[in-house]
Amino acid sequence: MTLTDAPVQAAPPPAPKRLVDHFELGLDAPICLTWELTYACNLSCVHCLSSSGRRDPRELSTEECKAVIDELERMQVFYVNIGGGEPTVRSDFWELVDYATAHHVGVKFSTNGVKITPEVAERLAANDYVDVQVSLDGATPDVNDHVRGPGSYDTAVRAMRNLRDAGMRNFKLSVVCTRQNISQLDDFKAIADEYGAQLRLTRLRPSGRGADVWDELHPTADQQRELYDWLVAHGEDVLTGDSFFHLSAYGQALPGLNLCGAGRVVCLIDPIGDVYACPFAIHDEFLAGNVREVGGFQQVWRESELFGRLRSPQSGGACSSCQFYDTCKGGCMAAKFFTGLPLDGPDPECVQGYGEQALEQRAAAADLPKHSGDHSHRTSPPRPRTGPNGMGPVRLTLSRREDLQAPPVSACAESPLAGFAATLAQAQGNDFDTKQSGADRRHEGGAPPRLA
Amino acid sequence: MASIDPDSTWTLHPQVSVRPEPFGALLYHFGTRRLSFLKDRTLLDVVERLADAPSARAACIDAGVAETHLPTYLRALGTLAESRMIAPRDAGERAA
Repeated sequence: MTLTDAPVQAAPPPAPKRLVDHFELGLDAPICLTWELTYACNLSCVHCLSSSGRRDPRELSTEECKAVIDELERMQVFYVNIGGGEPTVRSDFWELVDYATAHHVGVKFSTNGVKITPEVAERLAANDYVDVQVSLDGATPDVNDHVRGPGSYDTAVRAMRNLRDAGMRNFKLSVVCTRQNISQLDDFKAIADEYGAQLRLTRLRPSGRGADVWDELHPTADQQRELYDWLVAHGEDVLTGDSFFHLSAYGQALPGLNLCGAGRVVCLIDPIGDVYACPFAIHDEFLAGNVREVGGFQQVWRESELFGRLRSPQSGGACSSCQFYDTCKGGCMAAKFFTGLPLDGPDPECVQGYGEQALEQRAAAADLPKHSGDHSHRTSPPRPRTGPNGMGPVRLTLSRREDLQAPPVSACAESPLAGFAATLAQAQGNDFDTKQSGADRRHEGGAPPRLA
Repeated sequence: MASIDPDSTWTLHPQVSVRPEPFGALLYHFGTRRLSFLKDRTLLDVVERLADAPSARAACIDAGVAETHLPTYLRALGTLAESRMIAPRDAGERAA
């Protein structure tokens, strides 16, 4: 999840409790929240957590978005992680960014880079309250484009170049860790360094379209270990939010927040205003309310029955006897839910191997819960138009219909008075001759043609 | 981490936003994009008094910090200074 990427630093006065203990009980307002502004996207990434593609007609209007920002300002939410879809394709996107930063709500937005022109980059570099996160899921075009679509690597690199050239420092290069790119971690770091960006690594969740590719793309057990070792070595420079707290069961806790922030310190507002516990849990089970309801977002955050439950002490269930439970907390709720595992049991990627056992024992895969509201492009991924697997040209055979001797014409093309004439003709009791061809009748101005 | 000089003068960094919480407060620096937290309300009180106090020590005493606990609070302020959450007062505008 996109939690507080900001490294948490402790000022050390008397401390009866760890900060995570306070966080577990929830805060009066989220530290940051994810806000997906639109389901529209120019890409069709195979692992899209929100199954984005097409805009939803119910999406919040500009005015409704501004009202949400006003509320976030009142609640002192420090910043929002804006995503989508591709948020920059909303025509009011820059207006909303300016509105938020003018109202003391910082903005970090995720983009595939499609709208980051040199001019936009200049503008972003000039605003301290805006941060940008460019998504790239392969350090090479082949690995990236396989997941994010043709041309998406070049788009992201162009955006990063524009940001660097505009003087933007420490923007984020955001990578979803997959089976195909775990071996590229050093390369990602090198790319981030080249563009003056900070690397951000997140976990692939079986959410949205991610459920369709999770079996194929989620890191193997060996790769999880590789990732963990890499994070132990480089973790201070790399952001992970609360993505990898399940890996802390290898031993040493990783830098970052080692707890699930869902409903406690983070949540999701989706494009139609629905509030979910976390961006990876778009499902009725995790729906807390809607910002359009009376009381708005604040009421949902503070009063929702679901969030209340998430903030109450959680049972470790099957995990409570595990010696690592105190560090891994049973892992990611969304990962368990969408792989059909019980929420009070092990994470499907439990590093102790309990997840794999649980997956083997779970009920039939056909019963897996489904993401609410699929906004995928209807041909997603788009069918190839050319090449060996393409459809090729559509084959047509042109021929003439034998029952028609002339091109079809509409009644009024024959006569402006066609309809009236028919009435007249019937009133006069005339039988008109249907055997006459349209071409012959064209000059008669009498009967409407009967075209088969 | 170093303590700050009890006689020095400080202020909250202009790019820092403070949000009181039941356990203390959360601080967010929009320039460094870092989150910090104050683990008790007394420290929050100290931080809020810094800008108007003649010294860091005075801010602590005014907030009710006992003399014996003063070193703890000066160390906490040292940590906040390192992460630029608070800035020396005369250089407050220049600190980025």
